[in-house]
Amino acid sequence: MRMSQELSGALAGLAAPRDGQTRRVLVTGLSTYWGSRLAQALESFEHIEAIIGVDTRAPTRELERTEFVKVSNQHSLLQRIVRAAEIDTVIDTRLVVNSLMAPPRVAHENNVIGTMNILAACTGSDSPVRKFIFKSSTHYYGSEWDDPAFFTEEMRRPHPPHSALERDIVEAEQAVSEFAERNRDVTVAVLRFANVLGPDVDTAFTRMFRLPLVPMVLGFDPRLQFVHEDDVVHALEHAAFHVTPGVYNVSADGVLALSEIIDLLGKRPLPVLPPWGTGLFAGPLRRLGFRIPDEVVNQLRFGRGVDNRLLKATGFRFGYTTRETVLKLGEHLRLAPVIRGVEQTYTYEREVEEFLRWSPYVRREHPGERGGVAADREPLGI
Amino acid sequence: MAEEHRTSLGAPIPPSAEEPEERSGTTALPIPVPERGATETMRALLPAIEPERRLNDWGRSERIEGLFDRTLLEFFYRYWFRVEVEGIENVPFDSGALLVSNHAGALPPDAAMIAKAIREEHPNPRPLYLTVEHFFKGYPGFSMLIPKIGGVAAHPANVHRLLCDERQLVLVFPEGRKGTEKLYRDRYRLRRFGRGGFVEAAMRAEAQLVPTCVVGAEEAMPVFGQVDLLRRLTGLIYFPITPTFPWLGPLGMLSYLPAKFRIRFLEPIDTVELGGAEAVEDKALVQTLAQEIRAQIQESLHEMLARRKSVWLG
Repeated sequence: MRMSQELSGALAGLAAPRDGQTRRVLVTGLSTYWGSRLAQALESFEHIEAIIGVDTRAPTRELERTEFVKVSNQHSLLQRIVRAAEIDTVIDTRLVVNSLMAPPRVAHENNVIGTMNILAACTGSDSPVRKFIFKSSTHYYGSEWDDPAFFTEEMRRPHPPHSALERDIVEAEQAVSEFAERNRDVTVAVLRFANVLGPDVDTAFTRMFRLPLVPMVLGFDPRLQFVHEDDVVHALEHAAFHVTPGVYNVSADGVLALSEIIDLLGKRPLPVLPPWGTGLFAGPLRRLGFRIPDEVVNQLRFGRGVDNRLLKATGFRFGYTTRETVLKLGEHLRLAPVIRGVEQTYTYEREVEEFLRWSPYVRREHPGERGGVAADREPLGI
Repeated sequence: MAEEHRTSLGAPIPPSAEEPEERSGTTALPIPVPERGATETMRALLPAIEPERRLNDWGRSERIEGLFDRTLLEFFYRYWFRVEVEGIENVPFDSGALLVSNHAGALPPDAAMIAKAIREEHPNPRPLYLTVEHFFKGYPGFSMLIPKIGGVAAHPANVHRLLCDERQLVLVFPEGRKGTEKLYRDRYRLRRFGRGGFVEAAMRAEAQLVPTCVVGAEEAMPVFGQVDLLRRLTGLIYFPITPTFPWLGPLGMLSYLPAKFRIRFLEPIDTVELGGAEAVEDKALVQTLAQEIRAQIQESLHEMLARRKSVWLG
């Protein structure tokens, strides 16, 4: 009993916010799912004065007070925005972590060149940026036959990257680490997210789990770990306020075997992929409409588990375990045919947004009411 | 292929730590990693056990293990090998400990018998994690089965997590493949004990070391020769000639001769007394301890063999 008290005391000490100075935030990749979810979440914090979002495309979610600036990845333009708005915290959510989402060249442009540009925009002796949070992926570690069962943050990739995407992620992190080395007074946090599952995200795994028979590699039952989409947003938000510099793995508690996941989803396994040359076999499957991204092929054989205790030591608590994440997805998959088409889509119209934000004719709630939103912000975002 | 990548159990953060920088594609300047808290704090942060699950985080399945335990292992343990156990009290009741044993046989039955012995004889029938070659994770079939019955790849990080954070029992064969490859004429002659990595692993985790001797495994599946050409053709880690393999095919791997088994657990060695995690850097101490444990096991084996009247009847 006594020990547990001491322990929770120690944990609370670790959890104490180190920096309440996050006031003016720049969210890059605002139009990605993560960017807009994060901006929505940040809007409910009253002490954040300004939230600026940049992206090349218009946002896909309705934002209340986030300012959207449509801008390419040019660092000179970004730098002007950063300086003009006196941004103290940059949260970079742009990284493409699924090679099906973008052709390799676009992904490279975004992941490597884009990261370099954003870092360049934050550099300089007169830069107002004090904190830089980078959304990375556990694809950084790869997936190999001689991996440890749980990757910890200090481990580097044991084998050279297999796919273009993994190479890009490693390179992007490299750029961030060089930035951290050169700007010691900037708090740099890198969050490596595990594969995300959730009703709203579209990843190779959610596509796979949607099939009635889930393909498996013959003779392999990989250990996989996921993180719920809400926890991703929570973790980014947590990082904005609490995290000390460094790398953190963000992955829900619990590593599940693929067979266990399929069982939880109430599906049947279909062990058809040959153990050797799985990549080659992916060709005919692609024609059938099922594509396995290169970075996931090895995961289907060897799996991957990561240790998430460093992030938990900063006071973060996951809302879902991996098992609960899978169960949630299962519920959603069963419900999806019923509610299909009900959710409405949002289109960004610059004129409407400007009118809503700046016109004197728009009735705004009393400024004090914002606090209420922050107080009961139980369901984050939407 | 497995040979180049073999890691000693003790290296801090392998394999990256051992490999040249250019291989990993990343050069220097790692982003700083936050300090890990005290061991107690980190232990408290381990994922809670979800009772609804059938597997644990290592992929171990109580159901499949129980199935093996009740059928195949029960038969081998009780009737085929007629295992006798000495010194079970030397296996710690609930703290983390590294069991160090001699190793023999083409598909060694010793690990399974030690695990079964702890389940049968120990006052706290704890699960035992068996460290296995990385090879198994890359080989279809094995990759599926081995974790389910308690096998864990012999990666230093895995051993550390099991010993230090989860306080489990781990079994290691420091002879590794040199033990299973050796021929019948070299029986009960211990091979080199790796690079002392197992000592480092135990010291870093401040866990106890329990030297363990197994008599009988060498005769249960004697290896008369190794065929290098067939090994390469099949992609296996070795291709032995035994009384039944390859003549009976894969089934031959499981047909053991009914040798009498004796398992003896020796006095545990407390690594905390020797300096614990701080003394890991003392390579001389590590090597001495590794040598000492090897000598203890060898001596004890000789003594057991001297007393054994018959290979089959004990």
